[in-house]
Amino acid sequence: MDCNSARTHLDAYVDRELDMSGTSAIDQHLASCEACDAVFSRQARLRRALREHVTYHDAPPALAARIRARTMGATPARSSKPWSAYLPRLQWMQVGAAVAATAVLSWTAGVQYASLSEDELVAGQVMAGHVRSMLTSHLTDVATSDQHTVKPWLSRKLDFSPPVTDLATVGFPLLGGRLDYLDGRPVAALAYQHRQHVINLFVWPDHKSAGSVATQTFAKDGYNVLRWTDAGLVFWAVSDLNTAELKDFAQAYASAK
Amino acid sequence: MDERSRNEKFERLFVAHLDAAHDLARWLTRDERNAEDVVQEAFLRAYKFLDGFRGDNARVWLLAIVRNTYYTWLSKNRMHGLAVPLDEENMSAADSDASYAGNEASYSVDALLHQKDAKRLINQALEQLPDEFREVIVLRELEDLSYKEIAAVAEIPLGTVMSRLARARKLLLQHLQHVRQEA
Repeated sequence: MDCNSARTHLDAYVDRELDMSGTSAIDQHLASCEACDAVFSRQARLRRALREHVTYHDAPPALAARIRARTMGATPARSSKPWSAYLPRLQWMQVGAAVAATAVLSWTAGVQYASLSEDELVAGQVMAGHVRSMLTSHLTDVATSDQHTVKPWLSRKLDFSPPVTDLATVGFPLLGGRLDYLDGRPVAALAYQHRQHVINLFVWPDHKSAGSVATQTFAKDGYNVLRWTDAGLVFWAVSDLNTAELKDFAQAYASAK
Repeated sequence: MDERSRNEKFERLFVAHLDAAHDLARWLTRDERNAEDVVQEAFLRAYKFLDGFRGDNARVWLLAIVRNTYYTWLSKNRMHGLAVPLDEENMSAADSDASYAGNEASYSVDALLHQKDAKRLINQALEQLPDEFREVIVLRELEDLSYKEIAAVAEIPLGTVMSRLARARKLLLQHLQHVRQEA
């Protein structure tokens, strides 16, 4: 393949729209041609910059209400009242079930575990979130190990931007990301794999504890949970891995970010 | 279809794709009020033609309606000079330089993107792109559509999707370089 042909197909290559033979032809050309490789990295950087920086304009809740009134009329199904008015950046269908589950959980928690600390209550929710994701095979909304896809996707749906790093080189490949609803707010959930085990990492802004708090561990029903805070975010890792391995994961994640 | 199941079908579509519809309209009109008008009109059309939709890709169907609604709206409002074209001549002169300037250009753009106002600069760069280039970038990078889906929404052949995206990215890079040179 010559430079002209490579550059004609470079965008399709960056967009992963070429078939296998096309892709490998460009791979080979880029490996041997510095000039084209420089053009490619520039394209890739532009693409990342667009995905990271371009504003995604979600619809304002008032617009949703206006359109409902003008289409389905004054009597929409009761269940269709916009939850999204309260969770404007969330697709409510995705979290509806999670909200319901959390509501039930908090209620039982209130009755049975009145003596537990706030962190222990959240740890219970985190475990429930982990189990829920495994039960329904709903580990990811964006299934990709590409951190540059997962991070902007989450940032668009949430009011904060969680650090997302693929840790495949140290044995914890990123499976993808999704949204969940914990501790009374929408949170980022990252799924990682370690051998045959899945780790869920929940992240949300932490307004309660100032500064970094020592890592805390919780265990129940064969699940282990780690909690730590960093730079205004609280991190909850949960898995059926043993505590030592889960700590390795937390260490790898914290130092890679 | 009775009214209830019709409304349920619409509600599913509506909840799932309202944000995407609004985002596309907002980037096409470059104005919040006009975007809301376009989105509202588009959903009224979608509601009207709901029975006719049998495909499996509701998002593509809906975004195509949003886009068509925008162009209808635009032709009605053209006299207000809402579309601001780029200086095409200037751009094509710089075109061949930019595509082969390799390292130099990539360093400068990279530096630019590390600036504090990267977000503002890159939003501005996208905003000044002509409609036909802006829309393919939004569909690709914000809505994450495949070339095939973009072709269906924009009603253009697959090859045109590819060449428009390539051209759009070149224009974006050029704009960012101009900004840097002026800074």
